[in-house]
Amino acid sequence: MKNGNILEVKNLKTYFKIKQGIVKAVDDVSFELKKGESIGLVGESGCGKTTTALSIIRLLSDNGYIESGKIIFDDVNLAAMTEDEILNYRWNDISMIFQGAMNALNPVMRVSDQIIEAIQLHESISREEARKRVTELFELVKINPNLMDSYPHEFSGGMRQRAIIAMALACNPALIIGDEPTTALDVMVQAQIIDLINDLRKKLKMSMIMITHDLSIITETCDKIAVMYAGKIAEIGNVDDIVFNYQHPYTEKLIKAFPNIYGERQMVESIPGTPPNLLNPPKGCRFADRCHKKIGEICDNVDPSLVSIDGSNHMVACHLKEGLRNV
Amino acid sequence: MYNNIVDIQNLKIYFQIRQGFVEEVIKREKKIVKAVDNIDLSIKKGEILSLVGESGSGKTTTGRAILQLAKKTDGKILFDGDEINRKDKKYMHTFRERAQMIFQDPYQSLNPKFMVIDIVAEPLQLMKIKISQEEKIKKVIKALEFAGLKPGKDYLYRYPHELSGGQRQRVSIATCFIVSPDFIVADEPVSMLDASVRADILKLFVSMKEQKDTSFLFITHDLALAWLISDRIAIMYLGKIMEMGSADLIAGSCLHPYSQALTSVLAVVGDKRKKKRIVLEGETPSPMNIPKGCRFHTRCPICQKKCKQSEPELKEISSGHFVACHFPQKIN
Repeated sequence: MKNGNILEVKNLKTYFKIKQGIVKAVDDVSFELKKGESIGLVGESGCGKTTTALSIIRLLSDNGYIESGKIIFDDVNLAAMTEDEILNYRWNDISMIFQGAMNALNPVMRVSDQIIEAIQLHESISREEARKRVTELFELVKINPNLMDSYPHEFSGGMRQRAIIAMALACNPALIIGDEPTTALDVMVQAQIIDLINDLRKKLKMSMIMITHDLSIITETCDKIAVMYAGKIAEIGNVDDIVFNYQHPYTEKLIKAFPNIYGERQMVESIPGTPPNLLNPPKGCRFADRCHKKIGEICDNVDPSLVSIDGSNHMVACHLKEGLRNV
Repeated sequence: MYNNIVDIQNLKIYFQIRQGFVEEVIKREKKIVKAVDNIDLSIKKGEILSLVGESGSGKTTTGRAILQLAKKTDGKILFDGDEINRKDKKYMHTFRERAQMIFQDPYQSLNPKFMVIDIVAEPLQLMKIKISQEEKIKKVIKALEFAGLKPGKDYLYRYPHELSGGQRQRVSIATCFIVSPDFIVADEPVSMLDASVRADILKLFVSMKEQKDTSFLFITHDLALAWLISDRIAIMYLGKIMEMGSADLIAGSCLHPYSQALTSVLAVVGDKRKKKRIVLEGETPSPMNIPKGCRFHTRCPICQKKCKQSEPELKEISSGHFVACHFPQKIN
């Protein structure tokens, strides 16, 4: 695209139809991603971060649908495409590293065959060529290529995660989505995978969307952070803006839930209460019930919109800030 | 009075791996996994000791062995000064009352067909504590409210599926609390929970320790959490303790290269003082064939010749600070 953006998500609304009604899992989410940039989506479980990603790659379950909004990738709107059209983009241009390497691989197929299958599905090349590509990919993710004909159970958790990353890279995508790629791994393996992802991003100049509930992983891998709460973006901005100059009470709580081993030893804070039910979201600010800085009725009745702080790309949806701006 | 609630001396736990029949007959050798390989550990009364390590380091096995849920191969486990006698039924009865466990996964550790009141009151029944129904309800409510489920009355007749992960873990804690144990093994009690509810559960442990003088063995892979709540931390690698000392000492000025690597990759948000990361190459070797010499030498950034030949013992290098390394030093 002309402005250097690779992806623009505009007012995305993704809903799920269930027996009890309609779950508004993602409700009016917008963000953009420049070429080579990476953004982290962070929030508690059930805040819509995975749903946002699945909407982009169009892998929603049957009862989920994009109600409205645009997902513009390379000047085309992915949200409006048919299933056949999206096939040209999925994996070729946008691929995904799935959560839980243990379950994402087929246990009865050799790892090499699984990656070859993915390549041949998207490109018409011979098996030999595809095999050669797998060798290169294994070298790229630092697994010994001699092991490519192993079965997933012969790999350790870290190696399986590397294999999944290799599979995501198989068709040279421009954008890669990582859905909790390091959860369920040991700390040291986690550090290795983070290093690998950072390395690959530099080498291949990929753009990335990183989804995780662990803020520390985002600060190590991403340029921008979007803090999501109950299907909406609460705050978005550069990593340093969010971490050192957070404006939203939820972001503050989220950061303070992390123990800081270099600071004083004090108990971390928790966030009281639970996120609202998205079948029937509250009409005001969705965080109002749990907020420690609530200013009054306005929080319960009016949904705050995202406003920029000093005209920068650091934006926050909180009446506290809106109020200040209007004064 | 005896000072330590638990004393472990030279504990070894080996598991035999089943192989094919033919292999067993022809090779005549048995594959053995040394899950815990000769460790000494003591937990003082009213202390929280954290056992930190990666998966496969033997931390859970150690915890289970103390509670007699895993069979030891060799060594001694003393509880409140006496060796645990599995055969003495009467002794085991009181032992089970005094030592309890909190499991990792609150989605699997609660019986889905029991109501909360039945789950929490089950230990009373098993301990054959005879009380009236009203007293039982009173006790359950008290336990639930201690665990942070307020008002306890509202939770009595709910099923586990009606509760969130955090609430379920609180039910497990109430179940544990109702018999007022002296010692609790908490096996990764918060690893399945969102960061936002973790803190409250950890606070419960600390308040239990402060109010009731309960001792804890806190098993976790997260050094930062261990640092927050414990008095002492022991770091395990491949079945052995690598370093042990007070929580601040381990977090701030540990000397074993493995502990330094672990602390350097810890999650830190919003602090620019973060140290340079030491990322270890490769993976933990299989406990089926533990490297000769120092078992960490294959991944150690400062490995020397001596490390490949002889295994370092856990030595006290300053008061209360134990390190198992030939060359304990600060890296970078």
